[in-house]
Amino acid sequence: MRMTRPPASEGLYDPRNEHDSCGIGFVVDIKNRKSHQPVRQGLEILSNLGHRGAVGADPLAGDGAGILVQIPDAFLRAECADLSIDLPPPGDYAVGMVFLPRDAHTRAQSEAALTQTIAAEGQSFLGWRDVPTDRSCLGRSVRPSEPVVRQAFIQRGPNCPDADAFERKLFVIRKQTHHAIWDRELLGSQQFYVASLSSRTLVYKGMILARNLGVYYPDLRDPRLESALALVHQRFSTNTFPSWALAHPFRYLCHNGEINTLRGNINWMLARRHNMQSDRLGADLDKLWPLIGDGASDSATFDNALELLLAAGYSLPHAMMLMVPEAWSDNPLMDPQRRAFYEYHAALMEPWDGPAAIAFTDGRQIGATLDRNGLRPARYLVTDDDQVIMASEMGVLPIPEEKIVRKWRLQPGKMLLIDLEQGRIVGDDEIKAQLAAAQPYQTWLDATQIRLQDLPAEIGPMAPDPHTLLHRQQAFGYTQEDLRAFLNPMALNGEDPIGSMGRDIPPAVLSDRPKLLYDYFKQKFAQVTNPPIDPIREELVMSLVSFIGPRPNLLDPHSAGNQKRLEVKRPILANVDLERIRRIEYHVDRAFRTRTLSICYPVERGADGMARALDDLCREAADVVRRGDNILILSDRSMDADHIAIPALLATAAVHHHLIRAGLRTEVGLVVETGETKRVHDFCLLAGYGAEAINPWLAFDTLSASLPRASVGAAVGTAPLLTETDAHEHYTKAISKGILKVMSKMGISTYQSYCGAQIFEAVGLAEEFVNHYFTGTQGVIEGVGLNEIAREAVTRHRQAFGDAPLYRDALDAGGELAFRIRGERHAWTPETVSLLQHAVRSGDYGQFKRYSRVMNDQSDHLRNLRGLFEFRFANPPLPLDEVEPASEMVKRLATGAMSFGSISWEAHTTLAIAMNRLGAKSNTGEGGEDPVRYIPLETGDSTRSAIKQVASGRFGVTAEYLVNADILQIKMAQGAKPGEGGQLPGHKVNDWIARVRHSTPGVGLISPPPHHDIYSIEDLAQLIFDLKNVNPKAAISVKLVSEIGVGTVAAGVAKAHADHVTISGEDGGTGASPLTSIHNAGSPWEIGLAETHQTLVRNHLRGRIAVQVDGGMRTGRDVVIGALLGADEFGFGTGALIAAGCVMMRKCHLNTCPVGVATQDPELRKRFPGQPAHVINFFTFLVQEVRELMAQLGFRTFDEMIGRADRLDMRRAIHHWKARGLDFTRLLAMPPVPPGVAVYHCEEQDHGLSGALDHRLIAQARPALEVRQPVRIETPVRNSDRTVGAMLSGQVARRYGHTGLPDDTIHIHLTGSAGQSFGAFLARGVTLELDGEANDYAGKGLSGGRIVVRPPTASHRRAEEHIIIGNTVLYGAIAGEFYARGVAGERFAVRNSGALAVVEGTGDHGCEYMTGGVVVVLGPTGRNFAAGMSGGIAYVLDGTSDFTRRANQAMVALEPLNDVEETLKGVASSEWSRLAQAELPDDGLRHDARRLQILVARHYLHTGSEPARRVLEHWREVLPQFVKIMPLDYRRALQEMQAKVRASARHDAAKTGLAVGA
Amino acid sequence: MGKPTGFLEIARHDHGYAPVAERVMHFRDFVAPLPEPRVREQAARCMDCGIPYCHRGCPVHNIIPDWNDLVYRGHWREALEVLHSTNNFPEFTGRICPAPCEASCTLNFNDQPVTIKDIECAIIDRGWAEGWVTPQIAAHRSGKRVAVIGSGPAGLACAQQLARAGHEVVVFEKNDRIGGLLRYGIPDFKLETRLIDRRLAQMRAEGVEFRPNSHVGADLSARALLAEFDAVVLAGGSEQPRDLNTPGRELHGIHFAMDFLTQQNRRVAGAKILGEDILATDKDVVVIGGGDTGSDCVGTSIRQGARSVTQLEIMPKPPLHENKLLTWPNWPLKLRTSTSHEEGCERDWAVTTQQFIGQDGRVTAIQLARLEWRESNGRQLMVDIPDSTFEIKADLVLLAMGFVHPVHTGMLQELGVALDPRGNIRAGEDDYQTSVNKIFAAGDMRRGQSLVVWAIREGRQCARAVDAYLMGQSTLPA
Repeated sequence: MRMTRPPASEGLYDPRNEHDSCGIGFVVDIKNRKSHQPVRQGLEILSNLGHRGAVGADPLAGDGAGILVQIPDAFLRAECADLSIDLPPPGDYAVGMVFLPRDAHTRAQSEAALTQTIAAEGQSFLGWRDVPTDRSCLGRSVRPSEPVVRQAFIQRGPNCPDADAFERKLFVIRKQTHHAIWDRELLGSQQFYVASLSSRTLVYKGMILARNLGVYYPDLRDPRLESALALVHQRFSTNTFPSWALAHPFRYLCHNGEINTLRGNINWMLARRHNMQSDRLGADLDKLWPLIGDGASDSATFDNALELLLAAGYSLPHAMMLMVPEAWSDNPLMDPQRRAFYEYHAALMEPWDGPAAIAFTDGRQIGATLDRNGLRPARYLVTDDDQVIMASEMGVLPIPEEKIVRKWRLQPGKMLLIDLEQGRIVGDDEIKAQLAAAQPYQTWLDATQIRLQDLPAEIGPMAPDPHTLLHRQQAFGYTQEDLRAFLNPMALNGEDPIGSMGRDIPPAVLSDRPKLLYDYFKQKFAQVTNPPIDPIREELVMSLVSFIGPRPNLLDPHSAGNQKRLEVKRPILANVDLERIRRIEYHVDRAFRTRTLSICYPVERGADGMARALDDLCREAADVVRRGDNILILSDRSMDADHIAIPALLATAAVHHHLIRAGLRTEVGLVVETGETKRVHDFCLLAGYGAEAINPWLAFDTLSASLPRASVGAAVGTAPLLTETDAHEHYTKAISKGILKVMSKMGISTYQSYCGAQIFEAVGLAEEFVNHYFTGTQGVIEGVGLNEIAREAVTRHRQAFGDAPLYRDALDAGGELAFRIRGERHAWTPETVSLLQHAVRSGDYGQFKRYSRVMNDQSDHLRNLRGLFEFRFANPPLPLDEVEPASEMVKRLATGAMSFGSISWEAHTTLAIAMNRLGAKSNTGEGGEDPVRYIPLETGDSTRSAIKQVASGRFGVTAEYLVNADILQIKMAQGAKPGEGGQLPGHKVNDWIARVRHSTPGVGLISPPPHHDIYSIEDLAQLIFDLKNVNPKAAISVKLVSEIGVGTVAAGVAKAHADHVTISGEDGGTGASPLTSIHNAGSPWEIGLAETHQTLVRNHLRGRIAVQVDGGMRTGRDVVIGALLGADEFGFGTGALIAAGCVMMRKCHLNTCPVGVATQDPELRKRFPGQPAHVINFFTFLVQEVRELMAQLGFRTFDEMIGRADRLDMRRAIHHWKARGLDFTRLLAMPPVPPGVAVYHCEEQDHGLSGALDHRLIAQARPALEVRQPVRIETPVRNSDRTVGAMLSGQVARRYGHTGLPDDTIHIHLTGSAGQSFGAFLARGVTLELDGEANDYAGKGLSGGRIVVRPPTASHRRAEEHIIIGNTVLYGAIAGEFYARGVAGERFAVRNSGALAVVEGTGDHGCEYMTGGVVVVLGPTGRNFAAGMSGGIAYVLDGTSDFTRRANQAMVALEPLNDVEETLKGVASSEWSRLAQAELPDDGLRHDARRLQILVARHYLHTGSEPARRVLEHWREVLPQFVKIMPLDYRRALQEMQAKVRASARHDAAKTGLAVGA
Repeated sequence: MGKPTGFLEIARHDHGYAPVAERVMHFRDFVAPLPEPRVREQAARCMDCGIPYCHRGCPVHNIIPDWNDLVYRGHWREALEVLHSTNNFPEFTGRICPAPCEASCTLNFNDQPVTIKDIECAIIDRGWAEGWVTPQIAAHRSGKRVAVIGSGPAGLACAQQLARAGHEVVVFEKNDRIGGLLRYGIPDFKLETRLIDRRLAQMRAEGVEFRPNSHVGADLSARALLAEFDAVVLAGGSEQPRDLNTPGRELHGIHFAMDFLTQQNRRVAGAKILGEDILATDKDVVVIGGGDTGSDCVGTSIRQGARSVTQLEIMPKPPLHENKLLTWPNWPLKLRTSTSHEEGCERDWAVTTQQFIGQDGRVTAIQLARLEWRESNGRQLMVDIPDSTFEIKADLVLLAMGFVHPVHTGMLQELGVALDPRGNIRAGEDDYQTSVNKIFAAGDMRRGQSLVVWAIREGRQCARAVDAYLMGQSTLPA
């Protein structure tokens, strides 16, 4: 199915890359009482969620909005009566909401197609109604796409005995009509779309601003239009190509989120065709194909699948649980029956994985569910007159407080369901318990599920002799580095290894060396539109469980069938496991028949023979499946001197796709037995292209042959350090962890849904080749095909079995990680580094030109894509002095983000001084900045970094830090490891770094993979808004990494009002990262930049946003190419660092940098040779070179040059055997530019700050700001008042720094529902006291202020049982206090580094990554409490004694409170207020009880909390119920610090003693 | 790889030498190697750089980090394999190479480079001692015949590589024994000739045929070789010494350094001395030329019992310490003091010879003048300092001012190969082909006078080029 047509793929823009996410909500009358009120309220929710939508270049063109209601029978009946249509009784007729083409002819044909299909399916067509519309509210850019909107009325035919049958028939009619019309390709036929066709529900939607929905459709304002429910949605899409069809709601749902595994889900649905049967649908099933609208949005696709499941007889909640299961596999809290339900269903369908809040309804039930990660907000309330209101945030409808009986939130993996027919809310437990009990799932499982480990043991083959091993390793592309840097370390440590300083080797397609096919694929990763996951700290949602073998019939909910399912705990099979599978037929009643297919072919057929070998393989695979074999093992074990192995990835993908096309794929399991895969990336690719399990036999053989020995230089014959079993197990574990990490950086939680999901882009593979074997994979530059890939395999085979002396006794050098003459080519070589360093140190421009000549010259060896570019110079050139002066141009330059901590103080300040002297910009990196740097040095130099980074760890991100910036850069991803977090081990956190980062010396610091306040594009818009509030003068920048689709993300970023976007190339990166990421994630900047520029121009957004490119910029030529491809600005990481003295040791992770750059070792730091002058010379030379090139190109100003890709050409004579196939046409395409549309950054974003509540607060707080005079302010607040207090705090910080004002100088009392980011970055001296509730991100970055949230005085609920603040509260808080009278959402106090907080309950992941401060929870917590918590203390009141099962104890100890006796006599209530005034005990190792008591007293004082009162009153009884959560790292660090203090005290005492003695 | 913190914990430790008083009494090697554990400790200092500058700094591209790590871990035999994969004769370079690798070692940034040369030497010495160095006899014969003319380091390396590729190789040497400069140019106290002999034994086993006393272009027609062989490699070295045309040059007692050094090596070997003895015994020796050959003359003179030895250099005295910021990782200009210098000699810089003064036809003194170097238009010009002339005693003058180019007369003239502007044979850097088909050139003959390690590199690369020329492609490592 295709949707209305977005612009055809031109240049690098591809509609497949679009993302959306949004605001959702519903209103429902539980008792199913229909009225116009829910409709009106639904529209009101939409207008109050306005900030969650996006507006593109055209202010009236929203990204889409819609509403779903029950069939408004009375209204329609009246309307139809006017049209002389006689409607049958309700339920017996359906309404189709139809978008019709404007072209009259096509419209007539479309209408005819619909009516004909209706008749053919045995129903009666009653007539058309023209839906009135008011197009005056449509944006100019939307108008051309506006369809004719008509409603079709259909009467139930006699072949449909009941309403369900009628709905199924309507589904069939809709599908058939769509296909009939779209397939004809008539003028405008793509406009045809049936928004809804049902006897129960009706959808009004379109490309309309949310607040205008009721304007465009006057129907919606008609009081006769009545419904008991309204489901609404406001879309924020990254692009603005109007698509009426893609507006939500769809027929059954609306969705806020992303389906990350979409490609795989589509493939698997396709693969099921032959395997699906439905007794409900019968023969109609076939009419539904193609089932899935490939090319539509993820939400639309999800809706397609959901429809099918419903039609097949699943209930709505059942289908949702099947598609979006909660995390069940290792959940100790889950009921066994429910686990059995999930485990049973796991084999039926792979999860549709990704962040999702989905609201769904069929008109009879309405509900919502959250994915297992809970990465989208959804809160709801219940009123005393039986209304439920659910929305992305609270405060969207004014509901009198006293009417509210329940306020809660949707929790990860949980479901909220309202059954209108039963007239009640069905709780998550009830629905699931009921469904879990509906069938004997455990019995079914026992009967059909086989676990691999339960099969009888088998014997695996042993490793061969060294010589054979060497041949095999060579044939499968092993290098010395594979052994040295990957296999051996993995076997020793069980970890995916770390490397440093990025990647500077050519993409595989440009390499002279035979590369493995894996190298041509790059991992995709989540940025902005969906969050990556932390696979370590949030392991509970991750699962590597894989099912091998045929899948049961998806469309049979009622019986187990007799299909057996084979489950493996992880997809990496030991040799013995593979043998178990090979022989399974004899163990399991012949339910499985395994067939091993060799993927090798005779050597004499050579490279040319591979195509036929593949064809034969695919044919044979399909044949054996048809004959009944149901597990295929693709094996290259038979590779030998006479047989070449087809690359395992190619064989796997080819067979996988062949079987999908044949509709056979779900009838067979695919296992790969290969010698070729060894690194994490290899396994991920096999998985991504369909391998359900993998046996890396040669990796195991290699490990067996080289078990590491215990001591350095131990003699041969001494016992190895590891047993063979251990080595294999460690390796398997390392690979497993690596796979989890790769999955999680795309936000995918389960192997099952990762399998076949193809989350890769091809860089340098011919489209024909990709389409054939890797169908559905994107790539933009063409490249090699089967011939070259085969030739590479043949070359390796020849090396292995040939006579070359070099390979007689040794593996190939590799040389990818470290420079080797015999290895891969690097950009940074002894020559280039020394030329550059000598040039900048001597100030010799001639020397610099030699450097850039060597760096740019790729005539002998290609190193990067731009090496293949040629300039189209102007004739004649300009005189150099007519080119814009260097002083202007340097403003476009910046150094890359490198934190103080990752590099030394000397290196960091040298870069800063140099950039400040130049008038360019340096970047703090993510580690905060020492405030001394805000003060200029005596020399007049400044060490202040103009760009301040805001990364996921938020270290040192205070209001003071933010106001001291010219640019605030939100790091969404970094080139070396996009989609991943980081970790600074405790031993690197010295006193200084700890102070700057506001953490504890010696305590490790973790940066989470996602920003926990950015799970989607509208969240990013929120953070941009937050930062802009604190520092309205700073430009806000968003740093992205190049991958396919980055342009669409950048468009979203522009629409989120960022002023600046950075596109980082994959080859950048300073500092340490996992090698898997350095080498395999992200794509070259040339591709990402070109896509970004083209997409922004196409969306008319380019002028609003500055585009910076970085990652491997090295010469003036690079800068000019960057500009021609569309960059305004340029970042230099490695180049600047080398100018400052870095010699590319690539040892940043070891703290042993011999030139004092990337080390904190005081001795090594003394060796730092860099001077600001060196860095200045580097940039001066660069600019000079740029100017020379500009003169040759004939550009006077830099702006003229931006985006002029027409001045680039592909080098004509490319002789390189691989590079020959490249095609840069799409890269160099220039999008059409209508007059008035900017192609470079020259406009201002409107940040919408003018309406901020803070303007008023600042005005009223003036006495406090100016003369520190205390002020009291009263104000109402509502959900559209976002980021309250931040702008005020910026004012405080500008004047008074982080110290702020005396406590409570500015006291603001607010009433109402506060919008998101309430009290963000609140400065010391400011108190926000809120009667009402707050939404997500309250107290973000709290910088010393105090926030109190308590229910309105009118509320009579037991506040401790209701939610009062949203998700991710106190994220990155530095200091201050927070008291909430009620329950918090998920991730309370995540990454708190110093705030004190008391709440009465929390959601999942409380205190995650916390590094300091104290948190008290006076009620139940969710799961995974204290995950990654390395510092600070938490006290939890564990009333139900099950906290231990909810805590993540990997890094913390749970223990009773100490020094209890200090408090045992309790405190009389009259003394509470004095108690609250008391200082908190300093000593973090002692006085728990006292500390807790004081905090509880403060909480009581501020909120009047009932639980607090109980605790204080019954202190002796309650105290033992508290659990103290103490991070182990933190305790050790505190003990060490105390020991140090004691030792120095002793030392002093001894000295004094001596003095006295003398 | 390696020990990450090794360089911080372990100081550089060089091998030792026998005391001067003892070593000047003989012509044998006087190095005192470090014991095995200490060598391994030194290897632990290698940082396994992401860019190993040494690897590039070394002309044969020794894979230094790899074998350092193997030595550190005690895997000596594997270390030897890696070492041999880039260098045919590490026992030569391990002794006499000035070690540009150590200059480019990252740790040289702080003047504490890894003792790369010592470790190299330890590896190969151990290899010989353990019997790990064995012939690598080609399994298949190509049937092609190659003549290599000259048996210095370039010729030998080239011959060995070609033999291993299965070609039939004949090495022609004009002298009575094989080894060229290695045997007759380098004093025994720096490189004992027995080290050469055992290599030759290995090469014999690998099928190389040696023909000493075969002076191509004199005794033998070069053109005839062309007919007989499928390819001919010219590796005859750069043997035309630079002369000093000052008044008195004709006086007796003024000799080219190489004549002097060769005689002593023959003497040590017990071979016949051709012509009159040139001996420094009881003489005031003046060595003109401040390079390595000059230094060899100093050491040899001292061992022969010279009364005094003075070495003169026309260039100014270089600085003691180079400016690392501007030189590393390149070979720096700095004052180098060899073991021979330590044995007792005067050195003087920025002096020029004005004339040799003689009595009875024998040289007795040299008249010198001081020079000043001035910069003019970016070029250094030397200017005599007025009134700075002085005289020093000299009854043996050794001219060690380098070599200008190969000897042109004889073979080169006969073959008619084209020369480059400096008078060396013109041949490509990749294909080593001269202007005449089938004829290749390598080593000093092609690149001009240089280091032994450069000669080995040229020999290896030339072998690869010849192999590719003969077979269409080559699997020989460069």
